[in-house]
Amino acid sequence: MYQDVILDHYKHPHGRGLRDGQAEVHHVNPTCGDEITLRVRLDGTVIGDVSYEGQGCSISQASASVLNDLLVGKDVAQAQQIQETFLELMQSRGRIEPDEDMEEVLEDAVAFAGVSKYPARVKCALLSWMAWKDATAKALSGTTPEETA
Amino acid sequence: MTTDGRVLPGLLDTEAIRKDFPALDRLVHDGRKLVYLDNAATSQKPRQVLDTLNSFYERSNANVHRGVHVLAEEATALYEGARDKVAAFINAPSRDEVIFTKNASESLNLVANMLGWADEPYRVDRDTEIVITEMEHHSNIVPWQLLSQRTGATLKWFGLTDDGRLDLSDIEQVITEKTKIVSFVLVSNILGTVNPVEAIVRRAQDVGALVLIDASQAAPHMVLDVQALGADFVAFTGHKMVGPTGIGVLWGRQELLEDLPPFLGGGEMIETVSMHSSTYAPAPHKFEAGTPPIAQAIGLGAAVDYLSAIGMDKIAAHEHALTEYALERLLQVPDLRIIGPTTAQDRAAAISFVLGDIHPHDVGQVLDEQGIAVRVGHHCARPVCLRYGIPATTRASFYLYSTPAEVDALAEGLEQVRNFFG
Repeated sequence: MYQDVILDHYKHPHGRGLRDGQAEVHHVNPTCGDEITLRVRLDGTVIGDVSYEGQGCSISQASASVLNDLLVGKDVAQAQQIQETFLELMQSRGRIEPDEDMEEVLEDAVAFAGVSKYPARVKCALLSWMAWKDATAKALSGTTPEETA
Repeated sequence: MTTDGRVLPGLLDTEAIRKDFPALDRLVHDGRKLVYLDNAATSQKPRQVLDTLNSFYERSNANVHRGVHVLAEEATALYEGARDKVAAFINAPSRDEVIFTKNASESLNLVANMLGWADEPYRVDRDTEIVITEMEHHSNIVPWQLLSQRTGATLKWFGLTDDGRLDLSDIEQVITEKTKIVSFVLVSNILGTVNPVEAIVRRAQDVGALVLIDASQAAPHMVLDVQALGADFVAFTGHKMVGPTGIGVLWGRQELLEDLPPFLGGGEMIETVSMHSSTYAPAPHKFEAGTPPIAQAIGLGAAVDYLSAIGMDKIAAHEHALTEYALERLLQVPDLRIIGPTTAQDRAAAISFVLGDIHPHDVGQVLDEQGIAVRVGHHCARPVCLRYGIPATTRASFYLYSTPAEVDALAEGLEQVRNFFG
């Protein structure tokens, strides 16, 4: 489960910290207390930035770091496709062995394939991805971000 | 024996006891020995309880209190016999004070609802106060929040000290003339703290408040004498005390059970029913609507027999020695911080801790890979995590079959966790 890629992202997270964005969401995993605050900045139809702050286990933290790597700079439609592919992998209960096509789409995120065998941990891996989906939908619908102190 | 060759005082013959628990023999993750340290979540079940369940279903299965046939009478005798066993186990003055529920949560909800519906002098309403503590399980917080929202009553609570004890320094401001009910946990499921019952009960009695004690983590581990506790209600659950799931207990003082209104309506809890109104059976049946968890109650009776044969005082002594040893070993693990009392004084065998900044989920997962089962998360006591500024804890909890070797396995497992994430 703990691939080196995951441990690397956990110890040296990419894109961590909150920066400007059009939408902010706060998601929690009530079973374990993992939390993430995540902002999305859209530059036209391109994901300009995904910034985040949170606490949680190595899986949830590494997953947010991988998300930042993968989605920033992508077109929204393409990013949504990546998100759906990752969701499919994580909900596979270990039955999907990532092939080359999937590796091309998910890059480092294929390292989470092993996590999908552990039902209790799938939510950890998905926390930031669900937050991103939510925040992006908000940003697209033009909801103004909550004022932050 | 410990790693440095000491023999701990008061240990039970775990070699013999473990033979009764088939699950403890299991291997996990490609042949690793199971080290089961999640007893505060639920205990394993001895052969004696499993056999009782089987034998009931294979021989005597029938609904209770209804038929005149042989099986119905056997089932009723076994079910009511279990009530006798539980009553004796908790030293209840009367067997009619023992209500079977599905779990401790239902027992607690039952009292909270009854007090919202009751007449004076028990009624919780707008001008009254409910008192709980910051170390309650969610099942002893949420029912009171619901009651407070429905009635307008004020919910108050005792805070915690830095070392994981109740802060009773403001007891006279917390429990007042307005207090109708004080509900608190005897042993904290997350901190392991054993709370000072007498001081709280005395103050509650001074102001005429009722007292409900959540004994879910006490009943499995120590002598539980409801008369000595001096409370009005005591709640606990079967599955943590080597019994099956689906069976809980609410003990209540007889005159209260007579005065208070029923909780759920249905079969079994009535005396007569017409289309306009009904009268109710006396307690405990008044509070046991519908077909009860029959096999589970009988299984709990077998669990009580099993524990009593060993002796609750001996089980408590065994766990006390193990707790002392576990605290000593854990405190030697670098970067480990115990959340709760750091000595075995007034402390039970559930030990929560954090390990540096390694998330408990990661601690639990790497321990699991070594066959060591612990619980991670907020243990349904999130306010405790907030109080100590942590997202979650790892909790190891011991029982009558736990051994010093398992304490060692945990301590060594934690070293591996540190190496892995270090």
